[in-house]
Amino acid sequence: MRLIWSWLADPANWTGSGGIPVRTLEHLGYAGVTLLLAALIGIPLGLWIGHTGRGRVVVVNVVNGMRSVPTLGLLFVAVLVLGPRLGGDLAFLAPAIIVLVILAIPPILAGAYSGVESVDPAARDAARGMGMRPLEVLRRVEVPCALPLIFSGLRSAALQVIATATLTASVSLGGLGRFLIDGQAYRDYGQMAGGALLVAVLAVLVDLIFAAVQRAAVSPGLLPTTSRRSIRTRLVPDPA
Amino acid sequence: MTWFLTHLPQLGGLMATHAVLAVLPLLIGLVVALPLGWLAQRYRWLRAPLVAGTGLLYTIPSLALFVLMPLVLGTGILDPVNVVIALSVYTVALLVRTVTDGLAAVPGEVVQAATAMGVGPVRRFFTVELPLAVPVIAAGLRVAAVSNVSVVSVAALLGIAQLGSLFTDGFARDFVDPIVVGIGACMVLALALDVVILAASRVLTPWTRRGRTV
Repeated sequence: MRLIWSWLADPANWTGSGGIPVRTLEHLGYAGVTLLLAALIGIPLGLWIGHTGRGRVVVVNVVNGMRSVPTLGLLFVAVLVLGPRLGGDLAFLAPAIIVLVILAIPPILAGAYSGVESVDPAARDAARGMGMRPLEVLRRVEVPCALPLIFSGLRSAALQVIATATLTASVSLGGLGRFLIDGQAYRDYGQMAGGALLVAVLAVLVDLIFAAVQRAAVSPGLLPTTSRRSIRTRLVPDPA
Repeated sequence: MTWFLTHLPQLGGLMATHAVLAVLPLLIGLVVALPLGWLAQRYRWLRAPLVAGTGLLYTIPSLALFVLMPLVLGTGILDPVNVVIALSVYTVALLVRTVTDGLAAVPGEVVQAATAMGVGPVRRFFTVELPLAVPVIAAGLRVAAVSNVSVVSVAALLGIAQLGSLFTDGFARDFVDPIVVGIGACMVLALALDVVILAASRVLTPWTRRGRTV
């Protein structure tokens, strides 16, 4: 414990390109870019699947199959196979982001399609009866009703990405994982455990922020206690 | 392919270690989660703190949890016990919720009928409520099993040998074959555990097979 505090208290660890603030920003940068890309792919695709009911079986199986693929192996294969083809600065960054996006899409996709699917058919019929076109039904009824599950999917994905971004340090990228990998290399347990503590705190903070945003963004009419519980049981993130 | 054939014995050893590191936490997690889930179901006010508290542990990334374990346990950083306990923590976090949900889904009439027949609370839990909750608990176990298999491999970054070692070795030598074989072996292991849990759940709940009319 003393090792952690002396590492965290050392001002030298808080400055420069390898300091804690820079590493934290790098970590959040990877996670942010990944989440944005994954959401841009996953949400429209999920809404389309939920709205039309097409391709559901394929997606459910792919999403479940993805869970069993070990993250670390996927990351290494991507860097070894894609890295040399990209070269330069992108050799490590691009494959890592691609893997992170691949891992983040399933929970987002699952949230979006199960959200649309769980919309009360009566609400959908009423919207149609009022003369709304399919796209209007989607935009004005299905999406607002699906928001709790969409957010829950994003939250799972965010956790997954924060956790996996820690592993990207092992393919010579930055982020808070750097402290764990470098500490391991220098046999410096203070640095390792200090880094681990920062990663844990960051993950918990990000989760709390997402929980708060989820609460704020979702229509109050959609928040009966029972449905909130079923959301949590249905979309459990994988720790990575 | 040639790499796969020449390294079969090594692969078998790593796979066995990997299986132990993934399965042991499942068993420990189940044993811990059952009483916690029962408490959360029996005393409503305990539910939120138990589920939220274990959920908080679940948010901690695995590599960080592996590294922090020695602080709590007083073990060495290379001790596989760290991995087992860390994964048990995740399993408990996941199962407390499913056990609670599974017990909550037991029909009230069944519990009342058992009580009316003079079955005491302890016997009722083990002979009526728990068996009826098996399908839900098994579903949670399957999720935990598959994610455990994937997460164990991360421990290779700390030098704990299992299938993940194929990833780190392959990466260090710029050689894709062992990594691909390792991924395949992990997926086979995950699938095997999934099948075992599913089969066990079927055996433990013979009434679900007899059709709805019985």
